[in-house]
Amino acid sequence: MAMRDSATASGTPSSLARSRPRHGEAIIKAVLLLAALVSVATTIGIVVSLVEPTIGFFAQISVVEFFTSTEWGPLFEPPSYGVLPLVSATLITTGIAVLVAVPLGLAAAVYLSEYADPRVRKFCKPALEVLAGIPTVVFGFFALSFVTPLLRGILPFEIEIFNALSAGLVVGFMIIPIVASLSEDAMSAVPAGLREGSYALGASKMVTSLRVVLPAAFSGIVAAVILAISRGAGETMIVYMAGGGQPNFTLDIGKAMQTMAAFIAQAGSGDVPVGTVDYNTIFAVGSLLFVMTLVMNFVSARLVRKFREVYE
Amino acid sequence: MAVLSTPRSAVQLAGKGQPLREHVFRIALISSLAIAFVFLAALLTYVLVEGWPRLDSRLWENMPSIRNPEIAGAQSAITGTLWVISLTAVLTLPTGVAAAIYLEEYADKTRWWNRVIEVNIQNLASVPSIVYGILGLGIIARSFGLGFSVITAAITLGLLVLPVVIIASRESIRAVPPSIREGSLALGATQWQTISRQVLPAAIPGIATGSILALSRAIGEAAPLLMLGAVSFIRFNPDGVMASYTVLPIQIFNWISQSREGFHYLAAAAIVVLLAILLLMNSAAIWLRNRYQKRW
Amino acid sequence: MSETETTIMKNIQVSANGAPRTIESLDPVFTVSGLSVFYGAYEAVRGVDLTIGNREITAMIGPSGCGKSTVLRCFNRMNDLIPGARAVGQILYHDEDLYGDHVDPIEVRRRIGMVFQKPNPFPKSIYDNIAYGPRVNGMKGKVDDLVEEALTRAALWDEVKDKLKQNALSLSGGQQQRLCIARAIAVKPEVILMDEPCSALDPIATTKIEDLMQELARDYTIVIVTHNMQQAARVSHRTAFFTAEVDEKGERHGRLVEYDETSRIFTNPSDKRTEDYITGRFG
Repeated sequence: MAMRDSATASGTPSSLARSRPRHGEAIIKAVLLLAALVSVATTIGIVVSLVEPTIGFFAQISVVEFFTSTEWGPLFEPPSYGVLPLVSATLITTGIAVLVAVPLGLAAAVYLSEYADPRVRKFCKPALEVLAGIPTVVFGFFALSFVTPLLRGILPFEIEIFNALSAGLVVGFMIIPIVASLSEDAMSAVPAGLREGSYALGASKMVTSLRVVLPAAFSGIVAAVILAISRGAGETMIVYMAGGGQPNFTLDIGKAMQTMAAFIAQAGSGDVPVGTVDYNTIFAVGSLLFVMTLVMNFVSARLVRKFREVYE
Repeated sequence: MAVLSTPRSAVQLAGKGQPLREHVFRIALISSLAIAFVFLAALLTYVLVEGWPRLDSRLWENMPSIRNPEIAGAQSAITGTLWVISLTAVLTLPTGVAAAIYLEEYADKTRWWNRVIEVNIQNLASVPSIVYGILGLGIIARSFGLGFSVITAAITLGLLVLPVVIIASRESIRAVPPSIREGSLALGATQWQTISRQVLPAAIPGIATGSILALSRAIGEAAPLLMLGAVSFIRFNPDGVMASYTVLPIQIFNWISQSREGFHYLAAAAIVVLLAILLLMNSAAIWLRNRYQKRW
Repeated sequence: MSETETTIMKNIQVSANGAPRTIESLDPVFTVSGLSVFYGAYEAVRGVDLTIGNREITAMIGPSGCGKSTVLRCFNRMNDLIPGARAVGQILYHDEDLYGDHVDPIEVRRRIGMVFQKPNPFPKSIYDNIAYGPRVNGMKGKVDDLVEEALTRAALWDEVKDKLKQNALSLSGGQQQRLCIARAIAVKPEVILMDEPCSALDPIATTKIEDLMQELARDYTIVIVTHNMQQAARVSHRTAFFTAEVDEKGERHGRLVEYDETSRIFTNPSDKRTEDYITGRFG
């Protein structure tokens, strides 16, 4: 940076006006602002990349067919464009994941926040975060080659090589850290005074945890769960590798299913000519997925802000 | 936060009906945590056991092969990962840190555009990664005409982890006490002098930790790259930013999709390599965090 | 003009006509007239008139929330950094309007140094702490000499000359505060503002800082905010007493009650409120 003249260093009063222009400061601020705007450009880019092909898609395929037909097979002959099988598969695998992640994650959070002594917590929290740091392709591998054979060996009903159950279970384990760590934050934010009040009335630790801490942290916990659902719904590699690539409108979790994200990955990794309906299909499903996760994220962020306001 | 712990004597004083229910509850909580750890342990053990026999120099010295799992390696994927991640770091770290500085040090929070930027970053942080693949395909590869190249992959992954870098950098910039800024400004330093000579040096350890974690997320990312040409069969190392490429997670995915058994072990071995890289990066991040923990 | 303000004006007249303890009679460095400071819509300080003499130590005292720190922070325009803060009225620095459009706050802060309540050395070496100001201001001359001179003037040189490369945070609280004074001196300011500089220090460290202030007052104009009346009585030539007043809308505003030679403020204050405060009867 250019320095100013030091003529006044002696203490002789002279004008307090800027002794040398400092254009550098303004330029730097502009550059920094530009960097911050990259994130806005990213959002605009996502929306732009989705909108045009999506409009192109609905110019050819009716909205009614898209949302009501139970047949999904854009790459088949004759093609069919009902998104319901993809949506139901997404809901089912995400549902299974939530059934795993919410009880386990919440229980872990209660334990870490209310029971564990600081040493245990100091070790367990980062160890749990390791789960969040494992690449999804590794989870996919584990689901396909370990969990599925295991389930086929022990469960009484029929399970295909690719199935929603295994994919959902493993996604569930992947999102445990999200549920656990955000809920734990919410529970730790509950003022100690509330607990003390409960103990003072002779309540046990379990009663205090369940009747005082959990309700007080409720909005934060809901935020955590919604965020975890959103992450589960958008997860791609695990459901693609373990859930399979066949759209199936079924409730049978032992069968292969294709989620929205898995369809985007599958269709997107093929060589689809730009501008065709097949190409546009990817973006139409992408738009739906984007809007769904966006709504969930908004709701979650709202709730997090709410619990921060209450206790901070 | 340290919460109350009930003294032992208090437990003994508790009514006779309580202990069993209390015990069961406590055990249920611990078991939940234990189940998560058992899952993690099973995953790591399984990968290690399956991959260990195939974990040798063939993996990094040889190129992929479709037919013969015995001679197949992952060299092009490893170099591809290095290319893509280095470029991602070059693109995203300066941008992310600059954006964080703007938001923490310059942005007037009462202005609507600054609030828009904030909310926007929060939302981007939870957009599914496959949607970034759509952005990469529709805009970066096609509209910008960058094709299925190293640079397209790097820009896409860079944008994907940008919110992580920004959020982590903001936190460590915010942790620098305001008194340091006041001290500097009171000496006649300009705002940028204050930031570049006082705030940033003090925030660097935190920024570095966050950056490493962001990059390790990018290294493991596969979904968006599926759509950006990484699935093609690549038997050469990239020689520039416009080169075709593949990366380690995608190579692993490809091998898993092969039916021959040899490829299964190869995939497990490559996963061990991938996890080892991530372990190394995370250890570095933790070391940094502990070494330069806040000094005030 | 309200009754209080008339009193103040009269007092300033009295002080100016009397014989201040300094060599020169009141040669103003700052001339404050009708200064009000707003944080957003809230008027934190209302209608202050005050003249700060050259090479004098002026103490600003009063209960907390009386706006004394706020006024101090106007003198080097540190209040500019608080979003929504705004000063109304006039502060002349010599003959120049401190809040004039042409004035560069960075230039202002170079001439008018500041020492804060809590010692805030940079997490760098002792040497770098002192050298920072001259460096960012592009001062000429050998940095080593500047560092030694500043540390000597701040009565810290003998204690740290052998460990200039050590982290400043390894010093004791009192040493840290003297380092901060040395840091301010190193840019060769004309005025040093001190915002409760001893409130975080033990009595021995406080004594050292007070001695240092007396020493520095030969070359510098010092304005100190303190909540410690004894300190004001010990070190300052003039004292301004501030208090908080509640107006008809129930809002609190900082007001200057009385400004005079320190000896007169503490022995023969002309305002009842000053007397109550210094005798400890302040509610």
